[in-house]
Amino acid sequence: MSRALLELDRLSAHYVTGRGTRVVKAVDEVSLTLQKGETLGVVGESGSGKTTLALAILRLLPTAAQIVSGAMRFDGEDLLAKSPAEMRRIRGKRIAMILQDPMASLNPLFTVGDQVGEPLRVHENASRRSARERAGALLKSVKIPAAAQRLREYPHQMSGGMRQRIVGAIAISCEPQLLIADEPTTSLDVTIQAQYLKLLRDIQREHGLALIFITHNLGIVARMCDSVAVMYAGRVIEAGPVRQIFNMPVHPYTRALIESIPRMGGGPERLTAIDGQPPDLAILPAGCSFQARCPRVMDHCREEAPPAFDVAAQHSARCWLARP
Amino acid sequence: MTTLLEARNLTKHFPLRRGLFGSDPGAVRAVDGVSFAIEAGRTLGVVGESGCGKSTTAKLVLKLEEPTAGEIRFEGRSLQSLDAAGLRQYRRSVQAVFQDPFASLNPRMRVGAIIAEPLVTNERIDKAKASERVATLLDMVGLPARSADLFPHEFSGGQRQRIAIARSLALSPKLVVLDEPVSALDVSIRAQILNLLVDLQRDLGLAYLFIAHDLAAVAHMSHSIAVMYLGQLVEYGPAKTVATDPRHPYTQALFSAALPSHPDETRDEIILTGEVPSPVNPPSGCRFHPRCPHVLPRCAPDVPPLRPAHGREVACHLFESAS
Repeated sequence: MSRALLELDRLSAHYVTGRGTRVVKAVDEVSLTLQKGETLGVVGESGSGKTTLALAILRLLPTAAQIVSGAMRFDGEDLLAKSPAEMRRIRGKRIAMILQDPMASLNPLFTVGDQVGEPLRVHENASRRSARERAGALLKSVKIPAAAQRLREYPHQMSGGMRQRIVGAIAISCEPQLLIADEPTTSLDVTIQAQYLKLLRDIQREHGLALIFITHNLGIVARMCDSVAVMYAGRVIEAGPVRQIFNMPVHPYTRALIESIPRMGGGPERLTAIDGQPPDLAILPAGCSFQARCPRVMDHCREEAPPAFDVAAQHSARCWLARP
Repeated sequence: MTTLLEARNLTKHFPLRRGLFGSDPGAVRAVDGVSFAIEAGRTLGVVGESGCGKSTTAKLVLKLEEPTAGEIRFEGRSLQSLDAAGLRQYRRSVQAVFQDPFASLNPRMRVGAIIAEPLVTNERIDKAKASERVATLLDMVGLPARSADLFPHEFSGGQRQRIAIARSLALSPKLVVLDEPVSALDVSIRAQILNLLVDLQRDLGLAYLFIAHDLAAVAHMSHSIAVMYLGQLVEYGPAKTVATDPRHPYTQALFSAALPSHPDETRDEIILTGEVPSPVNPPSGCRFHPRCPHVLPRCAPDVPPLRPAHGREVACHLFESAS
């Protein structure tokens, strides 16, 4: 097998409060591998650390957070050894990101043409004119009608779905190898979401780029991803190929998440609910962080946190039930 | 089965500001001639995308907006014919739970006072009785009685939504309008709240008007489903029929766009082109015709009426002879 595009090895990113009294382990010993052209879904609830993980990959963590241990290799290069200037040449050029809210990620004071052309001018020293021409082509590739006219317009003149397409055009402008999409369709309507997901899939196929989908929605994972990593309280508690995880979830949390999705055509009956709520990351209990909500909790779970056990090829779970 | 609430030809237009020289600027036709019925103890789900008029419909049912035309009948009586006492009674019988439990609870009030507020404003009730009732309501929604002394910020999103549900039940309503009740909640919490709502319906015989954009959740919760597009009903019928075998081209596209619950669950994806047009100037004839994959020549001039076909009602020229 060829070299993986992105490899995280027990990466930990922690937030430390001003006096160092409280440590929030937002990302804790996360190991992931992503091959070229592959789609990985990172699912978890709010506070599970999935956005911090994305920011850690781009080394864009806020000042209160730090990568405290682990390793991160992108296309064979050590990302943690890069200087800030080198990272700036990677971001937007080789690794791009799409954020949740297209209104907040576009600048209201610049035209769409300026914003789509900006990465080309920064990373490829394109002239004003060639940046504008290529921006027009990019808008066409994200299926925005009347692209030439839209280039001169401002973000407020467009609908939410169109703005998110423009953010997509900016992300692919320098033909990145990896695209990280953080809840890219949460603010969109169902049919617009379907349009956008199809667009992302087309772009991916065309350019052969790898995609990391950060989402709380298992439906998006089911539709879009090759493999999935389920995060809970800062850790990847189960990871593997999508079909394998949906058919044979090992971790009780993954199993409950899958069973709690309402199914089309099911009548009003009870869903499998997960009791309680996600734990406070600053005061995690000893042992497994899911113990308080786990239907199959054992004494051992309260004493020692489970390591990642291999369940099958490329399928691992952090649960004592998976101990061989 | 008895009909609790019936909407007949319900219409709400929001006039736009008058133009210069007093020309008629038109109106946002948010809800345009919608008819449906909610049975006692059952759930009507309303689905549709932003701007389809589902929230305006909820506001009309809650009497937060007055209809431009058409009427709402509750227990057989038109709301327009009700006197002040009758309206007070109506407002007690119809309560609401909103999307965002962080915005719908006053952060300066204790939970006990929040839940008791409808009782205090609507009934002469003494303190001891009120706190007794608050304890019962908290128990009904699965919160400990000591929650009454705490403030909303001490609760998580799911627990706050439980508080909002407890408040909506304080006056023993017959109908609860649920406007996106779980979309602000975490995935693992949604199932808890949906289960709670199903239990309360069974125990108290509540009827729900359930509005959400999560199609699977609506299909799961509802007995019947109404699909709205640009202020009008395009399909209306039993939940299972509509969700598993949609017939209107818009409903088909909408449900095909819903995300699968398993990777092997593949549907024919119908990707609609374009976006929802403006409700100020909706397309002529069938409002869906500019985006419809099955459009006929007559769809542009002629408005298709809602008529029975295949065990539900559909507003589409394709089903003219099906009845």
